[in-house]
Amino acid sequence: MHDLIALTPLGAHKPRSDHHGGVSLIEITDVALASVAARLGREADAAALVAKITGIEAPAAARASDCAFWMGPDQWMIEASFETQEDLAQQLAAQVNGAASVTEQTDAWCRFDLKGDRLADVFERLCNADLKRFTGGEAVRTAIEHLGCFLICRSPGHVSVIGPRSSAGSLHHALLTAMKSAL
Amino acid sequence: MIINHPLLGPRDAAEFVYKGDAALIHRPDGMAPDALESFIEYGYLRDNPAGEHRELWFHEQGDRSWLVVSRNTLTHEITSVELARDVARREGRSK
Repeated sequence: MHDLIALTPLGAHKPRSDHHGGVSLIEITDVALASVAARLGREADAAALVAKITGIEAPAAARASDCAFWMGPDQWMIEASFETQEDLAQQLAAQVNGAASVTEQTDAWCRFDLKGDRLADVFERLCNADLKRFTGGEAVRTAIEHLGCFLICRSPGHVSVIGPRSSAGSLHHALLTAMKSAL
Repeated sequence: MIINHPLLGPRDAAEFVYKGDAALIHRPDGMAPDALESFIEYGYLRDNPAGEHRELWFHEQGDRSWLVVSRNTLTHEITSVELARDVARREGRSK
């Protein structure tokens, strides 16, 4: 049995949280991720599978539901509790029946949640996404600090940034710097 | 320049990468007797029109879809944007 010490994307033992100007920047490490990409000709089956897993219709283009978001045409990311569903990709792969390709994504990404008012003021310094028009349920992929990141708007005062794990430090620095600059 | 993505709406051209003439969708048959000539043409020879041009763009910093964009190379006016997979299927390239 291996005895390995789990580290967060920022390299610490505990998730980091920062607060500035009424906005919290919180590292999220308790979510398992897996992508579901439809096979050619099985697009409807793949969407039905996402609906079955999440209990709600598969998100439309650039939209997110409570536990899934749209990544690209006929492709979705599923979110689940790491505590109870660490083997999310295996669970999904057992159900796809050839309709989709499932890929384990948990350790490919880092996630930072921003909570507070005036998030649009922060993100207008960081990316092209027009947060002022977001009302909740949007899922946009855009570049932040030259990194391809997903922006998931849970509600106008709560946005998740999901970016490449290997650049977690740079992404965190960019987010915190923008918060200090804008707020 | 703004590209009006068919699924996502207007997006800044900086999010995209130019991938060449849309004729690249029509990759020649590598097993045909004239494969060498057709691949030299496919790989190296391009029209360079001053005016309407159909081209491939990749939404790299976005949803990573490939688009066929009709653009005027003199004015940068974009007249149509479609998902490349829809174009390819319509032209019989992808089953």
